[in-house]
Amino acid sequence: MTKRVTEGPAGYMPQSAPEMGVELAPEGSALLYGNVVTPEEAMRDAAIALLTRDNPTIFPGPQVLWDWKDDVAEKAAAILDLASEIPNCKIIPMPDYRPKYPKIDVKAEINPNHPNLTILDNRIKACVFVGVHCHYANLSLRMIRAGTDCYTTALCAYMGHEEAMASIRDLHASDIQKFKEIVIEERNKLGIEWETTLPPENPSLQKEDYSTLSPADYGEYRSLIMTKKGEHVTEVE
Amino acid sequence: MDASQRPQLEKKKVDINYLLKEAPREQHFITGAQAMAEAVKRANVDMAIAYPITPQSEVMHLVGDIYAQGHIKEYYRAEEELGTMSAIAGAARAGVRLFTATSGPGLLRGLEAIVSWSGHRVPAVLGILTRVVNAPLSIQPDNIEMAYMMHCGAVMLHAENQQDTFDYTLAAFAITEKVDVYIPVAVATEGFFVTHAKGYVDMFDEEYALNDFDPVAAPVPAMDNETPPARIQRDAPVQKSNFMSYLIHSVWQQEIWDSNKRAMKYIYEYLGGPIEVQNPEADVFVLGSGCAAAQCREAHRYAQEDGLSVGFVKVKAIRPFPTNEIRDALKNAKAVIVPEHNIIGWLCKEVKAAIPNGGIVVEGPRVYGGMTLPVELIMKEIHTALGLEYDLKL
Repeated sequence: MTKRVTEGPAGYMPQSAPEMGVELAPEGSALLYGNVVTPEEAMRDAAIALLTRDNPTIFPGPQVLWDWKDDVAEKAAAILDLASEIPNCKIIPMPDYRPKYPKIDVKAEINPNHPNLTILDNRIKACVFVGVHCHYANLSLRMIRAGTDCYTTALCAYMGHEEAMASIRDLHASDIQKFKEIVIEERNKLGIEWETTLPPENPSLQKEDYSTLSPADYGEYRSLIMTKKGEHVTEVE
Repeated sequence: MDASQRPQLEKKKVDINYLLKEAPREQHFITGAQAMAEAVKRANVDMAIAYPITPQSEVMHLVGDIYAQGHIKEYYRAEEELGTMSAIAGAARAGVRLFTATSGPGLLRGLEAIVSWSGHRVPAVLGILTRVVNAPLSIQPDNIEMAYMMHCGAVMLHAENQQDTFDYTLAAFAITEKVDVYIPVAVATEGFFVTHAKGYVDMFDEEYALNDFDPVAAPVPAMDNETPPARIQRDAPVQKSNFMSYLIHSVWQQEIWDSNKRAMKYIYEYLGGPIEVQNPEADVFVLGSGCAAAQCREAHRYAQEDGLSVGFVKVKAIRPFPTNEIRDALKNAKAVIVPEHNIIGWLCKEVKAAIPNGGIVVEGPRVYGGMTLPVELIMKEIHTALGLEYDLKL
């Protein structure tokens, strides 16, 4: 297979994958290095990358971080299962898309403005994007390919991503479970000993203490948790 | 009365493929303005916003009528075009299906907002009913304003006649809302020549309507304050430019044009492709878009009757520009005549850039300022290209 999209660094101002002629995979297929393949083929290559490269990391985005739609909790649980089967896998979220200033905490999160900082600082050589809105996933994957040598996998609920080395489209929880099974298979083939273990707690995130939480903690979003006029909230967390 | 309280018509909500390809149609004899409004009527539009300008006002007047009939949930006249186009961007954040239209100077007045739509990932349909750009003041047809639209990232379709106007407008709603596209789609056609002239249009019954817009199926979060991921401000990096990296701006621009490129497969799916070709083996081609394509088609017919080796290419999609398709269609051409309704010849420039032998492109004939495009002008160029005499009589 000719690799049309490969790990970077692709350079200062590289062409985008669509500009290079890469097209999204049709329904029922996946992309691997810019080529249309079966989802299993793409998952297998991604699994080997996650098992053999340094500091594998999953970057969950807003669409799987909040329980906002029927299938999301199941998906999020499947992602934890997947992470548990990848030796020494970390989870670093992309909780939102705002620029972080004065400086991003690269141990705690990744951000589409400068995703390469999180990749480079943590020496991540293989990663998975899941639940990141497609626009921001495309921007991030493109910048990672431009400036790092990280192998990128995109698990997408919609049509996938040309920029990722491996791209799975129309993702459901069952697909993540299938990916997990492939990871276990490839791990066994490679002879890697591993006991199912959840990733470590994100070291930079403080423990949430709801007893001391006040509207001020919500910053610019505090208006969203205030009751509406005439509304009486009886149930609280 | 707000939109949620207004009575809405009960319709059969169906897929775009059913609407465009399967729903039974009946022939009507209507103007281009009516054709666009009839498409809007069937597109299950949530909101229309516009400011009147000739010749667009005919369309938006009719859209106002169908709003009053309950086909559209919300409609208002904005303060001017910059306000209109900004309001469209605002409404898009709330996750609704949107339509607006404008013409010539109105388009230019709204252009600052329109140019930002693609970057903001605004899925809206913009009707462009072409008109001269001042000065001197004129309300007559001339599609010079499309040249200004060509570099703002939007998908652009150019309708030849009333039927195209109906079909392209409907398809535009489906294309703009695709997750891998999600940039505005402009449907242009010539003011007066199409908007105020009647033609036959095959339309399906108005009891059918396009499926509801799904604001969650989007490449960016919709602003829905009740749904946690959507509490994120969508465009923070755009609005806080001094804090964003140069790199994100560059890849963001790439993403806009990649999205534009991705629209091509839907143009194939819904419109049968970005170009139409007749007599592909010919020596000389006439190539046009919009109303000029209609005149090219007629010139092609004349040439066939005279036994001349002339082919015809109609360009339906201006953005994404069908570079490969045109290159392929013209690979054996010895001359390509590009008639246009504007002075700068924007289509001619695009065609020259698309093919390896741009020297074969004949620049014109061009008419502007409201002038009509007589077929005889095109026939004269055809004869000249074939080395034949032609006695031009207008």
